[in-house]
Amino acid sequence: MASAVMNMTTAALDWVSVAFDAPLARAVVFGVHIDGHLVVEVLLIAVILFQLTRKSYKPPKKPLTEKEIDDLCEEWVPEPLHPSISEDMKAEPPTLESAAGPHTIIDGKEVVNFASANYLGLIGNEKIIDSCVSSLEKYGVGSCGPRGFYGTIDVHLDCEERIAKFMGTPDSILYSYGISTIFSVIPAFCKKGDIIVADEGVHWGVQNGLHLSRSTIVYFKHNDMKSLENTLEKLTRGNKQAEKIRRYIVVEAVYQNSGQIAPLDEIIQLKEKYHFRVILDESHSFGVLGNSGRGLAEYYGVPVEKIDIITAGMGNALATDGGFCTGSVRVVDHQRLSSSGYVFSASLPPYLASAAISAVNYLEGNPSVLTSLRSNIALLCKGEFCDKLHNAFAGLSDVPGLTIASHPLSPIVFLKLKKSTGSSKGDLELLNNIADRMLKEDSVFIVSTKRSVLDKCRLPVGIRLFVSAGHSESDIQKVSDSLRRVAATTLAEHL
Amino acid sequence: MVRLPYLTALTTLFSYGLLFAFGQLRDFFRKIIDWSKSTSKGLEGYAPICLGLEDFYTRRLYLRIQDCFCRPIASAPDAWIDVVERYSNDNNKTLHRTSNTTKCLNLGSYNYLGFAAADEYCTPRVIESLKKYSSSTCSIRVDGGTTDLHNELEELVARFVGKPAAITFGMGYVTNSAIIPILIGKGGLIISDSLNHNSIVNGARGSGAAVRVFQHNNPSHLEEVLRELIAEGQPRTHRPWKKIIVIVEGIYSMEGELCQLPEIISVCKKYKAYTYLDEAHSIGAVGKTGRGVCELLGVDPADVDIMMGTFTKSFGSCGGYIAASKEIIRYLKYGCPAHLYATSMSPPAVQQVISAIKVILGEDGSSRGAQKLAHIRENSNFFRSELQKMGFEVLGDSDSPVMPIMLYNPAKIPAFSRECLKQNVAVVTVAFPATPLLLARARICISAAHSREDLIKGLEVISKVGDLVGIKYFPAEPPNHQGHDHKKLE
Repeated sequence: MASAVMNMTTAALDWVSVAFDAPLARAVVFGVHIDGHLVVEVLLIAVILFQLTRKSYKPPKKPLTEKEIDDLCEEWVPEPLHPSISEDMKAEPPTLESAAGPHTIIDGKEVVNFASANYLGLIGNEKIIDSCVSSLEKYGVGSCGPRGFYGTIDVHLDCEERIAKFMGTPDSILYSYGISTIFSVIPAFCKKGDIIVADEGVHWGVQNGLHLSRSTIVYFKHNDMKSLENTLEKLTRGNKQAEKIRRYIVVEAVYQNSGQIAPLDEIIQLKEKYHFRVILDESHSFGVLGNSGRGLAEYYGVPVEKIDIITAGMGNALATDGGFCTGSVRVVDHQRLSSSGYVFSASLPPYLASAAISAVNYLEGNPSVLTSLRSNIALLCKGEFCDKLHNAFAGLSDVPGLTIASHPLSPIVFLKLKKSTGSSKGDLELLNNIADRMLKEDSVFIVSTKRSVLDKCRLPVGIRLFVSAGHSESDIQKVSDSLRRVAATTLAEHL
Repeated sequence: MVRLPYLTALTTLFSYGLLFAFGQLRDFFRKIIDWSKSTSKGLEGYAPICLGLEDFYTRRLYLRIQDCFCRPIASAPDAWIDVVERYSNDNNKTLHRTSNTTKCLNLGSYNYLGFAAADEYCTPRVIESLKKYSSSTCSIRVDGGTTDLHNELEELVARFVGKPAAITFGMGYVTNSAIIPILIGKGGLIISDSLNHNSIVNGARGSGAAVRVFQHNNPSHLEEVLRELIAEGQPRTHRPWKKIIVIVEGIYSMEGELCQLPEIISVCKKYKAYTYLDEAHSIGAVGKTGRGVCELLGVDPADVDIMMGTFTKSFGSCGGYIAASKEIIRYLKYGCPAHLYATSMSPPAVQQVISAIKVILGEDGSSRGAQKLAHIRENSNFFRSELQKMGFEVLGDSDSPVMPIMLYNPAKIPAFSRECLKQNVAVVTVAFPATPLLLARARICISAAHSREDLIKGLEVISKVGDLVGIKYFPAEPPNHQGHDHKKLE
């Protein structure tokens, strides 16, 4: 069967070759022997030339006529500028009627205030108020111009020198608003094509800065050094042209969203191993951590030159407004021309700069304020004193339904629900309930996490207490008793 | 509009070319010298902060004329300031302060209504609120940062501007960067004027919406762009846009021009786009009662969807505001990141704005507000007409307190600035990148605190320096005509 097929095929092929070759094998045109395949090739070329001369078919481009554009514009209906207002959008925060110190007045009643980040108790400090008054009388309130156009007042330069001297760095630069510091610094250094490794729990200011920088962003697990190491390893493995790409690690010293403290010594080891630069946001640790309040570097005993860029908002421990960024001379000089929040914005009001100078002077002259802050935090978290009736005071370590999720030394004491309701909206409802009841019934003012719809952070929500060196022991006892009582009743059905 | 003479364009390009060539030559020698020296310790393996041409402009052009910018002052930014003298030992690379100051006429600060220095009505109240509320609340607005001063300010601003409600922030730049992302996101379209401020550009980029630009102050081009984009839909998917916001400014700070607001509003209404008006330089400075560009051009504030402004310029304080309908403000208070994450405005600064607005409205019991407004209008119109008569090329519309004088050539920038300083007049010069490369200018900001003698002295100095430097691009009016006008005004 197979051989029969084979025979037939060979016979057919022979016939074809004979048919082709036979007559033409004898044809000689113009002295060229014409073989069979030449005819096929000539035919093919003729067909190609024929096709090329045909007009190609392109569907005709019909631009929209004016009438069609008019119709489309008529039809188009925009969404409203704002979504419909739901009930939880209507909540108003309480209005303070006096300074936001450890005790403040809300609705005519005096309340204990754990909602202001007044870590050193400098709100209401006489020396600071005096320096502000003399500054107001000399310079007025505003500076009326950006730094480049006669908005640089000598107090700004004095403040920058003072901060640099305090931190032990060569130079520093002042920004006019706390949150704009970090989201101007990051785009000034990180451009398209650079690599940034950031913690997933950074606050919105950092996220906005990362987004504006257009670099490649990789997040690692919140405060997890193993995850950071794996990420750095993955990014630098086999990357040959890494000399031209700038690489940064962005972390916060004390995370606003969770109260954790970043382990700087491990980060510096990793940074030196993989050649990354570190950008550290010290808004809540400047004036709090370290023996003299110089921040995370002092706390871990790391020389401050190893951190490339340190930024901080001054609206917390220093009780003024604005922010600063400090580092080497190269780092600071670069920002004076390329940081948009510095170049295109009016400078800090001079009285706030003099308040910052007085605050730093106070901190340098009274390091005991740091020990009171630390003992207040310890008291709140763990208790450890017995009151007059010898009742052991347990602090916040045994509040029903809530656990302390922050580092023991963090001035933001962060409590989260032991058992979540499943959605952050539900959690927030419970927590807001607790905060409202504490304000109304016990005159204690605490706050829950506030999260914007634009925030990408997915860490759990909780209650935040900002401890101050100005709080007394009775304040701390009051807040923990109140929290224990209100949490027990509010979370009873939930537990 | 700027009319760039052909010869000037050529000479300017030639100057920049020469500077560029010299800069490259110096860079080449620097590379050779650095190659022979060892690289600094501790930085091997790290990419440099700026590579190649990224900071070429800074190193080779800006540093030569660094003493014209960032001049420190030792007094309030009022009509006369004490400019601190600086010296340099290394050809302007680093500048050091001395303790000597020179008293100069201030033609550069944004002090439109003269609230910059201590004011008789505002300062006592500011000091009182400082003693009551301290210098900061150390807290975000939604936590413990709202005092009754903040609420009072928001109601007052809403009433002043003519909208139902308002919200305030501690910094004008952050107002724009944090509001635009919450109003519009992916799937939306932002159409902004080509010369908008950096904060608007940043806010638009941060929002994730598509951004298109229309020719500066050109309502017919805006209409073309709107028609084309609505018909086309979103890029690639051609789905209809979710919403469209058109962003314009009241007074453009580098041109001194007023926005063509009535035409732009009518175009936006026709195509159902939302309007966002940034009145940073115009609120409090123009308009019969200081209510800004809407009052000046006769536009009803209800026609503009969102009005934004800052307190830095006319009110002598710091911060920004947004005024819009009650629902929009409620939504912003719920979701705006600057409201939820940034420290609230410092209470003394809030009190300064409240007092300043009360003075402008006349609610302090005197007519100082109306006097200031009339003063700034007279001063601006007088100064501008005199400059134009002298032959300078001055941009901007009448009634606007911002007047740029064109310089063009890069060498004239430091020449003009230093010569004026020698004669005790402090001016601001602006070059690339704040303006296009060929269009460098000196920008004058007039204040209600300037008296007529101050302005005349300023004019004399500028005229002398203008002759010296050669920037009178237009023919001056004949002197007898000028003299006649002088007599009329005095």
